[in-house]
Parts: sequence; C-alpha cells; structure tokens
Amino acid sequence: MMPQEPEQNEGPVLRFDGLTTGFDEAPVLKNVSFEVGKGQTGIIFGAAGSGKSVLLKTAIGLVKAWSGKVQLFDQDITGLSEEQLFDVRSKVGIAFQESALFDSLTIEQNVAYPLLNQKAVKWEPKDVRPRVKEALEFVELGQTLKKFPSELSGGMRRRAAIARAVVTKPPLLLYDSPTAGLDPITAHTIISLIIKERDVDSTSALVVTHRYQDANLIANFRYNPDNGQLVGAPEETGPSTKFMVMREGSLIFHGSQQDIEASTDEYVQKFVKRPD
Amino acid sequence: MLDILKGPILALQEFFQLTGSAMRNLWRQPHYTDDILLQMDSIGVGSLPIVALTGFFSGAVMALQLGSTLAQYGQTGRTGEVVSLILVTQLGPVLTGLLVAGRNSSGIASELGSMKVTEQIDAMRALGTDPVQKLVTPRMIATAVMLPCLTVLADFIGMFGGFIIAYYIYGLDPQQYWSTTWRSLAWRDVLQGVVKPFVFSFAVSLIGCYYGLRTTGGTQGVGRATTQAVVAASVTIFFLTFFLTQIFVSQAPA
Ligand SMILES: Nc1ncnc2c1ncn2[C@@H]1O[C@H](COP(=O)(O)OP(=O)(O)OP(=O)(O)O)[C@@H](O)[C@H]1O
Ligand SMILES: [Mg+2]
Repeated sequence: MMPQEPEQNEGPVLRFDGLTTGFDEAPVLKNVSFEVGKGQTGIIFGAAGSGKSVLLKTAIGLVKAWSGKVQLFDQDITGLSEEQLFDVRSKVGIAFQESALFDSLTIEQNVAYPLLNQKAVKWEPKDVRPRVKEALEFVELGQTLKKFPSELSGGMRRRAAIARAVVTKPPLLLYDSPTAGLDPITAHTIISLIIKERDVDSTSALVVTHRYQDANLIANFRYNPDNGQLVGAPEETGPSTKFMVMREGSLIFHGSQQDIEASTDEYVQKFVKRPD
Repeated sequence: MLDILKGPILALQEFFQLTGSAMRNLWRQPHYTDDILLQMDSIGVGSLPIVALTGFFSGAVMALQLGSTLAQYGQTGRTGEVVSLILVTQLGPVLTGLLVAGRNSSGIASELGSMKVTEQIDAMRALGTDPVQKLVTPRMIATAVMLPCLTVLADFIGMFGGFIIAYYIYGLDPQQYWSTTWRSLAWRDVLQGVVKPFVFSFAVSLIGCYYGLRTTGGTQGVGRATTQAVVAASVTIFFLTFFLTQIFVSQAPA
C-alpha cells in the first residue's frame, strides 16, 4: 500500500495559473487558469483541436509550460526536471485518449506497469498481482489478464486504460475522452466506473468529454456501494462538479452546472443538452 | 540563408541531445536488461540470414571478378588475399551496416514512431519511465554489440564464398587460398574491420530512435519517419566509412 500522505491543508489539488504553452510557433493553450479542489471533478468540453488533451498533458508536465504556472498538490511543477516530475506524476493517474496501452505487453503487464515502475510507489512484488487483478475486476475485465491490447475491443481497451490509471490509487485522475466513439451502453459503463472511483476512493478528477450526458451523470449521481448502482444525489450533498469549456486554446467558460445551462454564449450552448 | 540552415541545425542539436542522454543512461539505474536481450535477438539473430547471404555473395562475386582480372597478371593465386582484405576492411562493414540500417533503423523508427503517435511514449513518461532509458539505450547497446559480430560473421562467410569460387572455378589450392587469406590481414586491418561496424552501430540505432521519437502526424508520419531513418542512416554510414578509412590509411606504415 501507498503510505498515507499527511493530510494536506485544503489547497487545490491542481491549479493552472495563466498558463500558456504550445509546440512550434502558435500557442495551443492561452492564459488558462482554473483549479480543482480536493474531491472535485472538473468536466472539460471543447471542439476538436481546442487543446483539451494538451491541457491534461500539461497538468503532469508532459508538455512544458511557456509561461504561467501549474501547481500540483501544492507544488509548482513548471520548473521541475523530468526526474523530479516522476515523483509528482506517481500521484496522478491518466487515461489517454487513444488508451495508449503498451501493445507489446499483456493487459496484466500493462496494468502492473505503474506499480513496478513508479519509484515513489514501491509495491512489494507479491502484492502486485492481487492489486492488478483487483483493478481489472473493478473495470470488469477480470478475464483478460493474458490478452494483448490488440485482442480487445475499443471499449475494453478504454477500460483497461482506466484500470492502469487507478491501479496505484492516485488522489488525482485525468480522463481524456473516455467515452468518445463508444456505444451508449459502454459509455454509460465507463462513466459509472469514473463515478465509482470518485466515490469509493474520494479522488479528484478532470474528465474530457464531448457528451453532456456524461457530465450530467457525474454531477448528479453517486455510486451506491450496496447494490453497485448509480443513484441520484441530492443537490446539497451531491458531488462537487465544475464545468469548463475550451475554445481554440482558451478557457472561455468556468462554472457550475446551473451556470453552464444558463449561459447564453452560442459556443458554450452547443455542448449543453438540457435534461428533458 | 540562415533560415534554411536553422532546421537542420536544430535537428542535429536534438540528435546530439538524444545521443548524450542515451550515453549518460549507460551509467544510470535502472538498466533494462530484458529489453537489451530482446533487441539483441531481434537485431542480431533476426538479421543473420540476410547478412550471411549477402556476405556469401559479395565474397563470391569478388572472387569471380578478381580471379579473372588477376589472371591477366598471372596472379590468380592471390585472389584470397585481395578478397579478404577488401572484405574485412571495406565491404564487410559497409554492406552489413547498410543491411542492418535497412532492416533495423527502419524497424526501430517505425516501432518508436507508432508508440509516439499512439501516445505510448507519453504514457511511459506518465508512468514513471524515461523513454530514452527504456527504449533508446537498450537498442543502442544491442546494436553496438551485434553489428560488429554480424560483420565478422559476414567476413568469414564472404571468404568462404570466395573460396568456393576460387576452388571450383579457378582451381586454386585450398591450402594456398586460406593461408594467403590469413597472411594478408594485418592486425590493423582487423581492427578497422571491427571499429567501423561499432561506430556504424550508433548511426543505425540512434538515427532510428531519433526519427521514431520525433514522429508526428499519425500512421502517415510513421511511414515518413521510417523512410527518413533508413536514408539518413545509410548516408551517415557512407560518410563515416570514408572518414574512418582515411584515418586508418593515414596510420598505415609506409
Ligand atoms: N505533439 C504535438 N505537436 C504539435 N502540435 C500538437 C501536438 N499535440 C497537439 N498539437 C496541437 O495542439 C492543438 C490542440 O490539440 P489537442 O490534442 O489538445 O486537441 P483536443 O482538444 O484534445 O482535440 P480532440 O477533441 O480532437 O481530442 C491542435 O491544434 C494540435 O494540432
Ligand atoms: Mg484530445
């Protein structure tokens, strides 16, 4: 098990402060600022190419900032070396857009990878296998340990990627378009898993999605551990969910579900589907 | 003018940065021994048949040509001598280098390229491994070990190919062929024959890795990276062989 962190003072888990970054000439993220508190989930909407994936990668230093700051667990990561970043990254789980499972490794080896390679997460070799099994059962893939990623369907690969992201029980999770291109049933399963992870381990998260239903589920439902179903959560005790909208590298909206549904901005409106 | 040069110079700088970090990792933990062995198998054992075949035919063809040329001077007996000298110092290293560049620079570039475009390289970094340590250094070590071995093997098989021709076509005495073959080689030549593939190996592996890791633009990008890697590695081998030959020749006793 990971040693219990000393209780952090209630600073945000993740904070972007006027962050600008890019690759060649034009910036891809422009002056982005927001924060995600402990136990909070941030939903990120935005058109293709608006910089959502880059934002997630910048959050863990895979893309370096040009200017501005990224603060992860009260630590400014913008100046850190790759070596130092490895320690910070072990507290964050990330499920990439294209799953990014290692295709030369089996599903079991893929999910075991962070346990065996993250220096900060020292797991006893004998504990690795049970934990991997547990993580795969969590995403209902207990039967696929010996399979290779190419032998799984797209939806199963997404779930395996989620298992790999949550296997070290990190306090912050980043999900890049976990439901894109999936049928409604599989998409629902995956969102349920995200909600389950949030409520069972009380993690913070950023979720990139195109589907308003996903956001609605995350914002208004809780996982019921008694029957494994989702139940509607009453407003006042419900999970704390933030809505964000990206447009061409800028964060143009930032607020609660009521705020986004009340927004009159045409671009923001495109992502909102009011529940009938 | 400066703008035209900016691209290549930046690329060269990136390449040497990659080379630097791959080398530094030689002294740094963790070492991925499994990956080194795996790469040795794929680079060394995998290239064996084609290297053997090429070695054999280059030796045979050289003997065929030289046998008839030397006959004009009544020197057919020296066929083995010339064949082995050219094979060991020049043809063996260059041909093997080019073959392995064609086979493995491309293989490495396409493998790392696909990992790059499917975000597996990002995933590696996110999950606590340095892609240079995990992917580049093992390939560099494996090639540095295997390419000289393959070259020596190709040399021997080439001499054997030359022998077949010398014996069956020109009717040379086996005893004479092999003894002149050995005697013609000075230690300096043998050294040249091993140093060259050792140096080439870095071009083969690091250029493959460099193009692989900078791949952008999906599957098409992978194809492009693969081609570029083979071309760059081959051209580099020609340049290197020229300079290395120059060094060895200038060191030769008069
Ligand atoms: N490695 C890279 N090199 C150069 N440019 C990049 C790279 N990654 C992303 N970009 C550029 O950054 C911009 C934002 O890309 P990003 O992947 O964040 O979009 P996105 O919002 O995730 O889109 P999608 O919904 O299609 O996934 C795009 O214009 C893209 O071309
Ligand atoms: Mg994306």
